[in-house]
Amino acid sequence: MVMVVRNPIIEKQSKDGKPVVEYQEEELLDKVYSSVLQQCYSMYKLFNGTFLRAMEDGGLKLLKERLEKFFHRYLQTLHLQSCDLLDIFGGISFFPLDKMTYLKIQSFINRVEESLSIVKYTAFLYNDQLIWSGLEQDDMRILYKYLTTSLFPRHIEPELAGRDSPIRAEMPGNLQHYGRFLTGPLNLNDPEAKCRFPKIFVNTDDTYEALHLIVYKAMSAAVCFMIEASVQPTLDFCRRLDSIVGPQLTVLASDICEQFNINKRISGFVLCCVFTLKHLTDLGRVRPSPRWRCDRLGSGVLSVPVVVALSEKEPQFKFIYFNHMNLAEKSTIHMRKTPSVSLTSVHPDLMKILGDINSDFTRVDEDEEIIVKAMSDYWVVGKKSDQRELYVILNQKNANLIEVNEEVKKLCATQFNNIFFLD
Amino acid sequence: MGEEDYYLELCERPVHFEKANPVNCVFFDEANKQVFAVRSGGATGVVVKGPDDRNPISFRMEDKGEVKCIKFSLENKILAVQRTSKTVDFSNFIPDSSQLEYTQECKVLPEKRSLKLLKSQNINVNWYLYCPESAVILLSTTVLGNVLQPFYFRAGTMSKLPKFEIELPAAPKSTKLNLSERDIAMATIYGQLYVLFLRHHSRTSNSTGAEVVLYHLPREGACKKMHILKLSRTGKFALNVVDNLVVVHHQDTETSVIFDIRLRGEFDGTVTLHHPVLPARSIHPYQIPVAGPAPVTSQSPVPCKLYSSSWIVFQPDIIISASQGYLWNLQVKLQPIVNLLPDKGRLMDFLLQRKECKMVILSVCSQMLTESDRATLPVIATVFDKLNQEYKKYLDAEQNYTMAMEAGQSRSSPLLRRPVRTQAVVDQSDMYTHVLSAFTEKKETPHKFVIAVLMEYIRSLNQFQIAVQHYLHELVIKTLVQHNLFYMLHQFLQYHVLSDSKPLACLLLSLESFYPPAHQLSLDMLKRLSTANDEIVEVLLSKHQVLAALRFIRGIGGHDNISARKFLDAAKQTDDHMLFYTIFRFFEQRNQRLRGNPSFTPGEHCEEHVAFFKQVFGDQALMRPATF
Repeated sequence: MVMVVRNPIIEKQSKDGKPVVEYQEEELLDKVYSSVLQQCYSMYKLFNGTFLRAMEDGGLKLLKERLEKFFHRYLQTLHLQSCDLLDIFGGISFFPLDKMTYLKIQSFINRVEESLSIVKYTAFLYNDQLIWSGLEQDDMRILYKYLTTSLFPRHIEPELAGRDSPIRAEMPGNLQHYGRFLTGPLNLNDPEAKCRFPKIFVNTDDTYEALHLIVYKAMSAAVCFMIEASVQPTLDFCRRLDSIVGPQLTVLASDICEQFNINKRISGFVLCCVFTLKHLTDLGRVRPSPRWRCDRLGSGVLSVPVVVALSEKEPQFKFIYFNHMNLAEKSTIHMRKTPSVSLTSVHPDLMKILGDINSDFTRVDEDEEIIVKAMSDYWVVGKKSDQRELYVILNQKNANLIEVNEEVKKLCATQFNNIFFLD
Repeated sequence: MGEEDYYLELCERPVHFEKANPVNCVFFDEANKQVFAVRSGGATGVVVKGPDDRNPISFRMEDKGEVKCIKFSLENKILAVQRTSKTVDFSNFIPDSSQLEYTQECKVLPEKRSLKLLKSQNINVNWYLYCPESAVILLSTTVLGNVLQPFYFRAGTMSKLPKFEIELPAAPKSTKLNLSERDIAMATIYGQLYVLFLRHHSRTSNSTGAEVVLYHLPREGACKKMHILKLSRTGKFALNVVDNLVVVHHQDTETSVIFDIRLRGEFDGTVTLHHPVLPARSIHPYQIPVAGPAPVTSQSPVPCKLYSSSWIVFQPDIIISASQGYLWNLQVKLQPIVNLLPDKGRLMDFLLQRKECKMVILSVCSQMLTESDRATLPVIATVFDKLNQEYKKYLDAEQNYTMAMEAGQSRSSPLLRRPVRTQAVVDQSDMYTHVLSAFTEKKETPHKFVIAVLMEYIRSLNQFQIAVQHYLHELVIKTLVQHNLFYMLHQFLQYHVLSDSKPLACLLLSLESFYPPAHQLSLDMLKRLSTANDEIVEVLLSKHQVLAALRFIRGIGGHDNISARKFLDAAKQTDDHMLFYTIFRFFEQRNQRLRGNPSFTPGEHCEEHVAFFKQVFGDQALMRPATF
């Protein structure tokens, strides 16, 4: 596959007044776009299988059809101008969770897989962050990308608009819960409801499995159930899934929310204070909308998005962390992904420096540390320790090199004290 | 009815005595559990057999008329014989000597050969019942006989407990005695004394069948009606209490049922209604061994008639057949119950209260994990939770005891006792040895199920805040590795589900060749342990990451105590001269800082490295001692 990217140009007035076109090849990071290209293929493969398989199935004609159909829509969703370091990593954001709640989730998944035996793999996400993947890492990586940049954002919009109320009408003999299908039938009471789920292809290197992707959500907890493509899920199956998973997932989601808030308070997270909805509206930044609602209604305690909102108050540093081993990524630079665009809170020039540092790291195998002072007087630090990379942007214009080094050490001690990360 | 179906049995070694006949009278003493066979009024011999002592006591006494009752005092020191309704004859019992008797109408002073009246109570008594285990006597008073007056004996004193009334089945028509001693029993169940009343007809007309009403008789406070055991049948019944279970024998059907008052029943606000734990079954058929000379023993044993009308039942667990000359202890067999109680949660509740439960519980656990008999995960989780709740209770008691001991409370509080570890405490090691280890090795079990079960057990332990032993974590890892489920393993470690420990970190290191990220996972774990810094240095050096090792040890402030030779060796092995230079210079600087001289001391054994350094970089590259 080939991707053609045109270098940005600026027109300058030459001495003689004639406009001269100048190519800004430095502005483009090759690695970002080669990563985007690879991602395109992975995404195609997730929904269509390999090129080779299409050729085998129906020759070049079929392959062309599939490519046409897929990329016609997919290309429009790429926002090439805002691609950056995170696209190189293609990482997964993991939801921090205590052991007990994690074990409860394990237990839940195992029980569902036991009672709905056609479920082959399960993935569990909370707040758009991964908690468990039954799929292998590479497949999860691209599925995660699809979920967080395409499927979830599409469903948040109507939620914000308050169009489909998450509280479903009480059905007789059914426990009230907040579960609903993000893929598949919209209304289980409609006997005509279509049980069509997206088909995905995983383990294409060996077993080459085709699966139906069922995404089911209750409050902030989303679960992907993947079932053998040869089995066509019926409306009855969906109803059963809904009745088994819905109530359990609702309870679990509120447990996770509660536990997360407790942990945040204990660990003295950067912004550990608990703000009530009122305070926030006073700040004038957040309007109370379903998205900001705490999962356990009425507690007045808000979860993650609030932290993001408050961190706009310019902390001393922002960072991106990535671990090649488990693809874990963490960024305080990027705002919450929206369906339209991924927003960063720093100047594109700084993002470019991050990309440059990353290219330098790729060239050498050994652990390295690079400290750069940007034109805008920000300090940018890149650290590589074994398979981990950390990029820090410091907002201390008058700091010297030693102070910067100390700041980063402090950051590592607070944020990464439980991993082996060399100072 | 299958062989495995009988859950009650008579003990294997009964007390055998000469059966009752016109010349041989048989008596049973509930206090000492002794059977007296009195032949011809004692003149031709008295044989006394207890359940524990295999050596019967035999003696002769003068025949002074028909013996109505005969008993020993505790420890067999004084023999009491009742021959008339008003007198009791006593004699100090010395084995193998003639007996000299003394008579009294009712404290016995053996040294003076006399008795002393300690206390007297004037009550019209219809009948009495004495429970030796609790030292409580129950007197039936009033015309109907249904007002019971308990007395409690302790250290030679007698205290009166509040009297209470037994509710009779229906309003009595006549004013004659309505409550018979045959329908009342006393027994200790779960450490509490209960009066058991066999009510032949329920008070409520709509329910038929007899029931057993349990009145709790506390040492202090009033007696209270607590439980009703529904028998749902009528006829002749007899009660036993075995292993805290109430056993009700029904003569008409020749079956028995058991009740456990700790199992959940229907609570109506005042009393709890219980139904039999299990379907009614006969006591296990019993064969009477045929005694006789050796040649005759080939004769097959004779089946014993069970539920015979000549059976007499005593509390708590005694059944006597006077006509056959046997005294048995009734026993509960747990293994057959496993198949009779399909609800595993209830089965566990039941088993956990039994004395000899451990091996049965472990076998239930093994059974529910076998492919053919597999329970669902929610059921397995329930069983694990019940086991761990009991396990945690014991751990807490043990911890409280240890803390109290350390705080020196042992002297001030005599009540402080080391908690008893009952068989119901099934710990991780039991589960590992008897259940989980074998379970993970079974080829036919799908690995998904194996992992789900192990995680469920770990979840349950965590839920009860019990520290999980590393061998369980190793079992999880072993299973995951066997099935190449490394990504799953990675995720478990990422969320610290498998707790950090040095053995686990070492196990991970060994997996690096199959799964490279295991190296990082292992180092992270060693780092978190914070007691494994030496191991971290070794791991890094083994990977030729000399600089990383040095930076790590410097980061934790341990660089003044490390061996220069070890690092120089590792640096030399990398064949990277610049690295060797850097490391060498670092130690020269350390020497300078610590001793004021950059050169190595002979004790550091670095001559070889100094020579190598000179060879590569020249003499002039050596650091010069700082001069001031």
